[in-house]
Amino acid sequence: MSATALELPASYLTEENTIGSWLLTRDHKRIAMMFFCSITFFFFIGGIAATLIRLHLLSPAGAFLQPETYNRLFTMHGIVMVWFFLIPSIPATLGNFLLPLMIGARDLAFPRLNLFSWYLFNTSGLLAVYFLFVGGVDTGWTFYTPYSTLFSNGHVIAAAVAVFINGFSTIATALNFVVTTHKLRAPGMTWFRLPLFVWAIYATSIIMLLATPVLAMTLALIALERLMGIGVFDPQLGGDPLLFQHMFWFYSHPAVYIMVLPAMGVVSEIITCFARRPVFGYRGMCYALITIAVIGFFVWGHHMFTSGISLLSAVVFSMMTFIVAVPSAIKVFNWTVTLHNARIQFDAPMLYALGFIGLFTLGGLTGLVLGTLSSDVHLQDTYFVVAHFHFIMVGGTVSAYFGGLHYWWSKITGRHYPEIWGRFAAILMFVGFNLTFLPQFILGYLGMPRRYYTYSTDLQTWNVLSSAGASILAVAYLLPLFYLTWSLIWGRKADDNPWHATGLEWLTASPPPAHNFLRTPRVTEGPYRYDPRDGSYVSQDGVFHA
Amino acid sequence: MPPVEPGVQYADLEQQSETAQLGMWVFIATEVLFFGALIATYVLYRASYPAQFRIAGHDSLILLGSINQAILVTSSLTMVLAIRAARLADRRALVRLLLATAALGFAFIGVKGYEYARDAASHSVPVIDFVFKHGYRAPAELFWTFYFIATGIHAVHLSIGIVLVLILAARAARGAFTPLYHAPLEVVGLYWSFVDCVWFFLFACIYPLGRAGI
Repeated sequence: MSATALELPASYLTEENTIGSWLLTRDHKRIAMMFFCSITFFFFIGGIAATLIRLHLLSPAGAFLQPETYNRLFTMHGIVMVWFFLIPSIPATLGNFLLPLMIGARDLAFPRLNLFSWYLFNTSGLLAVYFLFVGGVDTGWTFYTPYSTLFSNGHVIAAAVAVFINGFSTIATALNFVVTTHKLRAPGMTWFRLPLFVWAIYATSIIMLLATPVLAMTLALIALERLMGIGVFDPQLGGDPLLFQHMFWFYSHPAVYIMVLPAMGVVSEIITCFARRPVFGYRGMCYALITIAVIGFFVWGHHMFTSGISLLSAVVFSMMTFIVAVPSAIKVFNWTVTLHNARIQFDAPMLYALGFIGLFTLGGLTGLVLGTLSSDVHLQDTYFVVAHFHFIMVGGTVSAYFGGLHYWWSKITGRHYPEIWGRFAAILMFVGFNLTFLPQFILGYLGMPRRYYTYSTDLQTWNVLSSAGASILAVAYLLPLFYLTWSLIWGRKADDNPWHATGLEWLTASPPPAHNFLRTPRVTEGPYRYDPRDGSYVSQDGVFHA
Repeated sequence: MPPVEPGVQYADLEQQSETAQLGMWVFIATEVLFFGALIATYVLYRASYPAQFRIAGHDSLILLGSINQAILVTSSLTMVLAIRAARLADRRALVRLLLATAALGFAFIGVKGYEYARDAASHSVPVIDFVFKHGYRAPAELFWTFYFIATGIHAVHLSIGIVLVLILAARAARGAFTPLYHAPLEVVGLYWSFVDCVWFFLFACIYPLGRAGI
């Protein structure tokens, strides 16, 4: 055993370790790690803005920020978190790392494009952060016209350019994923043998490809309008500001599914592994992902119920919103049935995944409240909306991101994270999250508008609770930074398949060698052949493991 | 020339070529949405201000637009013939056809530049130099805004295409392409034809309007 181990090629981490070998690498695994470093940086930039906002809202009169600064902070929080953390979060890191491994490929289809995407991402991110620091933007992440084009002070054009460049990075990565999934699957890896994570990344990539160009055009028009006053969104010149909202949400609502579909993929992998049961309704899960991706393109108008769209279109968008909830609910039910009667192992990834199901469900259900025309009139632009989308994006996506990070950490680094700390952080995150955002539902219901820097004194209790929760949440996010870094050096060494999971990624070494597999695997089985009776499983190359 | 090796992630050159072409098709899909957003904007405003758009559209220079249409369609033909020449291992024809494609691209840009100059001379450049002549009101300016943004973005795409075709011509002259390996020609050919297709839509949006009574 030890003799053969010595002959194994070096892992992707140790193969060559100059700075140049990293910065010019074409290895999808190294690029994934580089994306991981970049988005972690932006996550904490966005997090600092959120912390300042919550501290400020401790007092009804506003604790310490000037109104102008406050507006710039929530804009910075939104722009950084949406485009420089959430959109790339799971796809560019875990997806980049795992997609070729899971389908048995040696790399992505276009490795140079993959590296280029990372450079575009950092260029746009640093540009955005620079301009958000030196002058800031006060429009909110939505850049609504005519405020953003005619009245706002600040670096609107620079921010739009940054997000525009960021879109190219998104498109490059998504294009790579789609083409790789179509063309580079290992022999025997049919579409219905693909792990659900691959299906999720595929569906996400389709949305990225079709929605992002519309945002690019919208931002180009915004920049031109602000720069030259071309009048496309200016009513005085015949333009229509509402058209901006249509175009913006045509991208930005599907963007919500860009954020949450990969999370669903991660959770599907974790749930079935730690329940030691095949996922319930595998094909239904695949179809649900694609259905969400498609219908997600036809619900954007529910952001505009109170903006002055016609009653007919409001009714249609409301109905489409209810319809898109159906495949989402199918997924929740299937996860639940997978857990039913299972002998569940409560390791840290599973705690994150279970947290995801609860928080995503609550976030989804409150989405229906907002998708209902009558209740939306009351709740539009209140903290109810803020709480709703944070339940999906933070409670859902970020939980799944951390769950996936813990689940695949041993594969990525070859080391185990400290399990007890992992569980502690997972539970702390769940508690902190709920304490932060449950009060915001109530605040919204009581009528507190979003983006205000002061509020009425009778709302202070709920705001203080929310800020207290945010401080717990901040600790829960900082913890993994420390113990995961610690584990890089002192963590217990991991073997190839510590979770006894079925996917191809577990067949290769931890961490994998440069081109993933010494020999391209032959796939004979679908994913998730776990035996609930005795904990045995059949990996996707057809080998039975007791 | 040594035989071309496929990338490590591919089993053979054929898989690599198919993958590269699929990559271009997917990219074209994103481009359709990019131009689609702009054309949708145009369609909306045209529906909102039919009379103003008709008056403004009548001032577009349909003769130059039509010449450009003919130039671009011909360039797609020479591009396709270039790929055929590569398949037949006819290097001389390949290089000549690629150069002809690039030359037609330049001709398009030249005609477009002349057209822009004529537009500027009749004070039809929004914001910078715009005169509200014979019955123009504010929305007429929107027509010209669309005209310049759309044809400008199209010209940028075409310029990128010309650079790509010239690079291919240089590589072809050195004998880089064989009947077995000419994937870059196929990929750039797809892009070229797409840019050609976009012009079909832009032509239809800009020139016939206000002339055919629609």
